[in-house]
Amino acid sequence: MVMQRVFGRPRSLTDAPFHYCPGCPHGIVHRLVAECLDELGVRERAVGIAPVGCAVFAYNYFNCDMIQAAHGRAPAVATGVKRSQPDAVVFTYQGDGDLAAIGTAEIVHAAARGERITVVFINNAIYGMTGGQMAPTTLVGQETTTTPRGRDASYHGHPVRIPEMLALLDGAAYVARVSVHAPGHVNRAKRALRRAFEVQLADQGFSLVEVVSACPTNWGMSPVEALRWVEEHMLPYYRLGEFKVPGQGEA
Amino acid sequence: MAELLLMKGNEAIAEAAIRAGCRFYAGYPITPQNELCEYMARRMPEVGGTFIQSESEIAAINMVYGAGSAGARAMTSSSSPGISLKQEGISYLAGAEVPGVIVNMVRGGPGLGSIQPAQSDYFQATRGGGHGDYRTIVLAPGSIQEAVELTMLAFDLADRYRNPVVVLGDGMLGQMMEPVRFPEGPPPAPPPKPWATTGMRGRERPNIINSLYIEAEACERHNRRLMEKYRQIEAREARYELVDPEAEYFLVAYGTSSRICRAVLARAREEGLRVGLLRPITLWPFPRAAIERVVEHARAFLTVEMSAGQMVEDVRLAVEGRKPVYFFGRTGGAVPTPQEVLNCLKLIREGRGGEW
Repeated sequence: MVMQRVFGRPRSLTDAPFHYCPGCPHGIVHRLVAECLDELGVRERAVGIAPVGCAVFAYNYFNCDMIQAAHGRAPAVATGVKRSQPDAVVFTYQGDGDLAAIGTAEIVHAAARGERITVVFINNAIYGMTGGQMAPTTLVGQETTTTPRGRDASYHGHPVRIPEMLALLDGAAYVARVSVHAPGHVNRAKRALRRAFEVQLADQGFSLVEVVSACPTNWGMSPVEALRWVEEHMLPYYRLGEFKVPGQGEA
Repeated sequence: MAELLLMKGNEAIAEAAIRAGCRFYAGYPITPQNELCEYMARRMPEVGGTFIQSESEIAAINMVYGAGSAGARAMTSSSSPGISLKQEGISYLAGAEVPGVIVNMVRGGPGLGSIQPAQSDYFQATRGGGHGDYRTIVLAPGSIQEAVELTMLAFDLADRYRNPVVVLGDGMLGQMMEPVRFPEGPPPAPPPKPWATTGMRGRERPNIINSLYIEAEACERHNRRLMEKYRQIEAREARYELVDPEAEYFLVAYGTSSRICRAVLARAREEGLRVGLLRPITLWPFPRAAIERVVEHARAFLTVEMSAGQMVEDVRLAVEGRKPVYFFGRTGGAVPTPQEVLNCLKLIREGRGGEW
């Protein structure tokens, strides 16, 4: 009988064990991104930009050239890399505080300029690394350490929907939102991420995939409870789907 | 010999950057450095480089961080309020040891201040400016020709030391026109950058550009290595001009102030005062050796700045109390006159230094 290897570590991941908490989906998304780099054969010309936040150590995990950026500035750093090395495959990996709060200007204008970069945006509705404060994507009513009585829209404002915003910009070629709370969704997320990289390779413009994620530690839930909470609370507000695809305009 | 051109300071610096092989520029409009940005917009596409009008000063410096990481010679420019915004990024450049050139055409402050020339960003430029223990090399041209030469030098120093370099001008140097000559020939090839994040392209291990050292001991080791680099820069790169080293009194001034002081020397002679000029060309490292050359025979030093008194602290640190150090400054965009400086010198001679 011939043994066939059907599963292994993607070449685009290093051997370093992830530091993420039990039940954290960062590991899944890292793997999906790495699989895309492998399958597209672009690892050797990939340059990744790590954020400030839980994924700050992404440079230890992706087995390609990596740059650690200041909080929120990854799209500007990626712009500098891509314009200097146009045949590099440049991606940023950013959380919700990084991208949707402190880095709002950078993400909006990178998209508006149509930078040929791919943005992986992890939305878990909370600040993980600093210990569970309100994120720009925290849901109304959600308790965090800085919304101890729950997010009150009239006091703390409303959660931000990034893909819907960016889809309005002509420079954005591909904008999607996916989730990784169940195996079928993981497969769909992979397809979206791959599409986003393909858009970059085809020089079609800016691409972004928001991944609705979970934070069991700071949500104060077990990993299974957290995945259920994603489905019941996050997905009704953060609608999954492709908001913009090349050639079709706003979906 | 190369052609003599009449150029504005801002444009001459932009052209010098291109001649030095700068192929990435990002900037945001702010007076009085707009011509630099506009010149780059026109010129970069002609040489196959990139010009980006960024959404903010913060984005511009982070684009320089990215381009520099990818091995390009990269530059941004601004004036004081915009330079404040860039400090976060400059700290990252220093921490991650990414080369980059930052031009500051200083204007009056604090806050929105004025749009006229000033030298009130000396502390910010020479003390790091952003968070953490770091230094930027600071070059202070006194003429447009020197601005050309120092801009080209800035790229060499940035690459050699993998460190941000600041070209510190002011609104006067940016706006005025003088004849300049550019060196002929193609730009020199930048040194190899085996550390750059260009994509691995056959390299065995990934390159990582990073300023995070999560363990205190590792971060201290990193800081010690940076400090050793800064000591080397201090030992090798201090530059100055000394006019009349045998003089009795010394004016200490850089940039536009030094031009005013230069005009005082002959008039002081007529008044029976022998006055020399000590002009720092590098503000960091501060040229302490120039002070050492004259401090024994000097009667006193008069530091002249377009600030409330910033470089004078470095002069006092170098003089170490051996001789009196006086200060005269104008602020907010006002420029000292030669007569004002001469009056100060006369008061110093009468033993009434500081009574102005």
